[in-house]
Amino acid sequence: MRRLRRILNVPVVAVALYLAAMAGIVWASYAGAQGMGYNWQWYRVPKYLYTLTEDGFQPGELLIGLWASVRLSAAAFVLATLLGALIASLRLSGLIAGKGVSVIYLELIRNIPLLVLLYLFYYVLGPIFELTRWSAAILTLAVFHSALISEIFRAGINSVANGQWEAADAIGMSRAQALLYIIFPQSVRFMLPPLTGEAVHLIKSSAIVSVIAVAELTTVGRNIISDTYMSFEIWFTVAAVYLVVTLILSFGVSALERRFNPN
Amino acid sequence: MTQQPVIEAHHISKHFDGFQALNDVSLTVHHGERVVVCGPSGSGKSTLIRCFNGLEAYDGGTLIVEGRALSADAPHIRQLRQDVGMVFQQFNLFPHLSVLENLTIGPRRVRGLPRAKAEALARKYLERVRIPEQADKRPDQLSGGQQQRVAIARALCMEPRVMLFDEPTSALDPEMIGEVLDVMVDLAESGMTMVVVTHEMGFARKVADRMVFMEAGRIVEISPPEIFFTNPETDRAKLFLNQILGH
Ligand SMILES: Nc1ncnc2c1ncn2[C@@H]1O[C@H](COP(=O)(O)OP(=O)(O)OP(=O)(O)O)[C@@H](O)[C@H]1O
Ligand SMILES: [Mg+2]
Repeated sequence: MRRLRRILNVPVVAVALYLAAMAGIVWASYAGAQGMGYNWQWYRVPKYLYTLTEDGFQPGELLIGLWASVRLSAAAFVLATLLGALIASLRLSGLIAGKGVSVIYLELIRNIPLLVLLYLFYYVLGPIFELTRWSAAILTLAVFHSALISEIFRAGINSVANGQWEAADAIGMSRAQALLYIIFPQSVRFMLPPLTGEAVHLIKSSAIVSVIAVAELTTVGRNIISDTYMSFEIWFTVAAVYLVVTLILSFGVSALERRFNPN
Repeated sequence: MTQQPVIEAHHISKHFDGFQALNDVSLTVHHGERVVVCGPSGSGKSTLIRCFNGLEAYDGGTLIVEGRALSADAPHIRQLRQDVGMVFQQFNLFPHLSVLENLTIGPRRVRGLPRAKAEALARKYLERVRIPEQADKRPDQLSGGQQQRVAIARALCMEPRVMLFDEPTSALDPEMIGEVLDVMVDLAESGMTMVVVTHEMGFARKVADRMVFMEAGRIVEISPPEIFFTNPETDRAKLFLNQILGH
């Protein structure tokens, strides 16, 4: 059993298994589509990704949509990290009020579905604060993911041995100095993997903002389908684009991690 | 007029959820004095010296350090901690910083010294603990004895008025104990005020002005080492010495 698990965890084997599973799914849907008499038109897809003209490379609608998704996710992630850091420091501040505020915030956010949160921001807070679709989308994603990110910060900080706080106290550091110079630098390597996971999660959940018609990847895909009826081809392509982006992100960060932490 | 004591503890008590770790403890430490604290495990030695720099809050009695009342939530606690150096059993060096940075971070961030001054100070104390050549290494590249000497230098860089040691050699391999004790003897001979929790009785005999023996949260006996080691007043201390010296 142990041996089997070890073999399955070898990266080459894992990737091969993954590809096999994907191939299985693709084959099954192909067969299903064939049975339905679906008319495949893959040849029409590339132009929605890019075209090569005499002016050179021109991004197609899907790539433009992807770029919007990336900017949306990046902005939301930065904001979510700031909010998460704020909530985590309130939680760790030792102030009863700070702890109360952060716990209420966390429970509230965790127990509202993302879609409902989006509607709240867009249809309720939107008109009040004159939010654009774009800013309502960023705020929703940032608030939703800040809850998990604050927990990542908290766990990372708690994973540093207590003796480090004591040593910082013993030379007269304030709590903020201890956090900044001693604790935080040591907890980064605990936090990097779950933060990457959260970034991937955020990119994926950014698709939901297509319900308020923010022009990102998923919305663009839907629009193309309503013009062309190529729902199988376009949804496969959109899924693959998300997959490529999130895989690049994960591999990039694990390479970074290896640089930081060679042993 | 005599100089005020460095530490004055009057009738201190301390509870951990109903368990009494310190029970009516009184102790005065004067400038230049070396006090060695010993006693069985769990007798409250660590708790007592951790009260002296506010790492532990006491719940009864009064504690005056350098003429100022000390409690963990006192507004001047950070100022006070700079006057009271602490060396831990587990070293507690900052693993993400080089040896030099371990020594300069306090002077730079807490005392506000410019970098060059802080580094000069750090090199002086690395010299003092006899490892000037290790300045650019990371703590985990050093032996345990070297790490503990770095920890001593780190505390000295704050130029404290008194140094507290909590079993500084008990996490070390036997062959490294000597090098750390040598540094501590040097420090004692330079006139530093020291409170040392240790079971290294050879060290105690050599440097202690007074021996403090604790048991079950109380100070049972305070006496000069000549008397403590040859003819302790209490049977408790006699028993403890027999066990520890293996008579
Ligand atoms: N944070 C804590 N919470 C609860 N009990 C504690 C705590 N710290 C210490 N104690 C208890 O207080 C008593 C005194 O502990 P202390 O660490 O001061 O003993 P010690 O004399 O230093 O012992 P040792 O030689 O083992 O280091 C022990 O019974 C210990 O279990
Ligand atoms: Mg102890």
